[in-house]
Amino acid sequence: MIQFQGIRKRFGAVQVLDGIDLTIRSGRVTAIVGPNSAGKTTLIKTMLGLTSSDEGVVVIDGTVTDREGAYRAGIGYMPQIARYPENLSGADLFAMMADLRRMTARDVELIESLGLHDHLEKPLRVLSGGTRQKINAALAFLFAPAILILDEPTAGLDPASSAVLKDKIRAEQARGRTFIVTSHVMSELEEVSDDIALLVEGRIRFSGPVVDLKRLTRQLSLERAVASFIEGGLAA
Amino acid sequence: MTVTMRIAAYAVRDLARSRWLAGYAAFFMLATFALLQFSDSQAKAMLSLVNVVLLIVPLANVVFGTMYLQSSREFVELLLAQPIRRRQLFAGLFFGLATPVSLAVIVGIGVPLVVMGASRETLAAGAVLALMAAALGAVFTGIAAVVAYGFEDRVRGIVVAIGAWLTFAVVYDALVIMVATRLAEYPIEWPMLVAMFANPIDLARLVMLTRFDVAALLGYTGALFQQLLGGASGLIVAITVFTLWATLPALYGARLFHRKDF
Repeated sequence: MIQFQGIRKRFGAVQVLDGIDLTIRSGRVTAIVGPNSAGKTTLIKTMLGLTSSDEGVVVIDGTVTDREGAYRAGIGYMPQIARYPENLSGADLFAMMADLRRMTARDVELIESLGLHDHLEKPLRVLSGGTRQKINAALAFLFAPAILILDEPTAGLDPASSAVLKDKIRAEQARGRTFIVTSHVMSELEEVSDDIALLVEGRIRFSGPVVDLKRLTRQLSLERAVASFIEGGLAA
Repeated sequence: MTVTMRIAAYAVRDLARSRWLAGYAAFFMLATFALLQFSDSQAKAMLSLVNVVLLIVPLANVVFGTMYLQSSREFVELLLAQPIRRRQLFAGLFFGLATPVSLAVIVGIGVPLVVMGASRETLAAGAVLALMAAALGAVFTGIAAVVAYGFEDRVRGIVVAIGAWLTFAVVYDALVIMVATRLAEYPIEWPMLVAMFANPIDLARLVMLTRFDVAALLGYTGALFQQLLGGASGLIVAITVFTLWATLPALYGARLFHRKDF
């Protein structure tokens, strides 16, 4: 279980996170959705220790996260932008992460199913943005972590690859892994999400199972449910 | 191997394949070769080479270092999501950046000197010059870290980096000369000496000048330099100043990195 407790973060004049209290249940896929610049990425980065919070703590399975970062051994992260050292190859990148984690690659399924084999020896600079994003996705799953954080995972992927990734998310969730996935395109995440956290202007406006949100808003699609929620038809 | 060394090893592997770095080494190779070929004496060639190195190395390290650190921001985010500490990552990036850039200069100067059969004195001067290049490389990589993590905006970062280089390489000397000519009637040898020691580029130049017996041409101040830098005490002072210059900016950069929100 991951608990965000009273997280506040201000960048200059902008209060990006304005008191986030959120519990993410283990073994489920939680979608963090919200309009652009709602604070989704900042929230994720706070959990990873990339960004410090002004107030509040993140507690993972009862342990408060610290700056030492040992807890990150159990987390796989797929960042939104995949820009890596241009002269290294995908194989170098995987080897480096294995080296840093002192682990061997445990889950290479995505390398196979995303068709990355032919691209692993090439320098990253010659690969297309989509291929780099696939490498990025494969890297997040590589060490079979208990928690996976995917920031806009399907942005920049072609439909086939996007489907492969979603199937993978479902399969790994069935094995008991916890997922946090963000997107501003609601329909993208609908088929893989169990729970949803709706983030608007640095506050959680709704959190709970997707079915509850749909029932509450009397909408059939997640996109419309979120839209009607944001429009303020149902201020909680 | 520690985490720091592992990160440094991958940064070196990345940079070793960089065309920019190959071009940088080739530049020094060409310059050294041409100067040895077309100068009247090897001593004159070395003096010219000293000036080239003292001008180019700080510029290349501060500008390339700033650009490299700023452009590796997304990669740093990915690395920071791994179970490693920020200090380890910073140290790994610093050494992984400073080492290959300095090695490129050393190889660029060293290969032509050896291949063209330079005299023993020239080789010795070349070795000291390589050492100075490595020391300046470390100093200006540290300054690059401060600029890269102190300024978010890339364009502003490059402008500040070039500004820092201009300050050390040009503006500082101009100010010292201005003060010196104004105060020519006063005994300012010691303040001058302190001023020269305080700027790493000037210090490197002084260390090199003592290798060529030209310090005598600089009058009483030159004699002071020779006396001070020729002896063991001067060496200790020079090493101390270089160590301070190589560590203080790097430590400040590490502090900025440690507190930074990515």
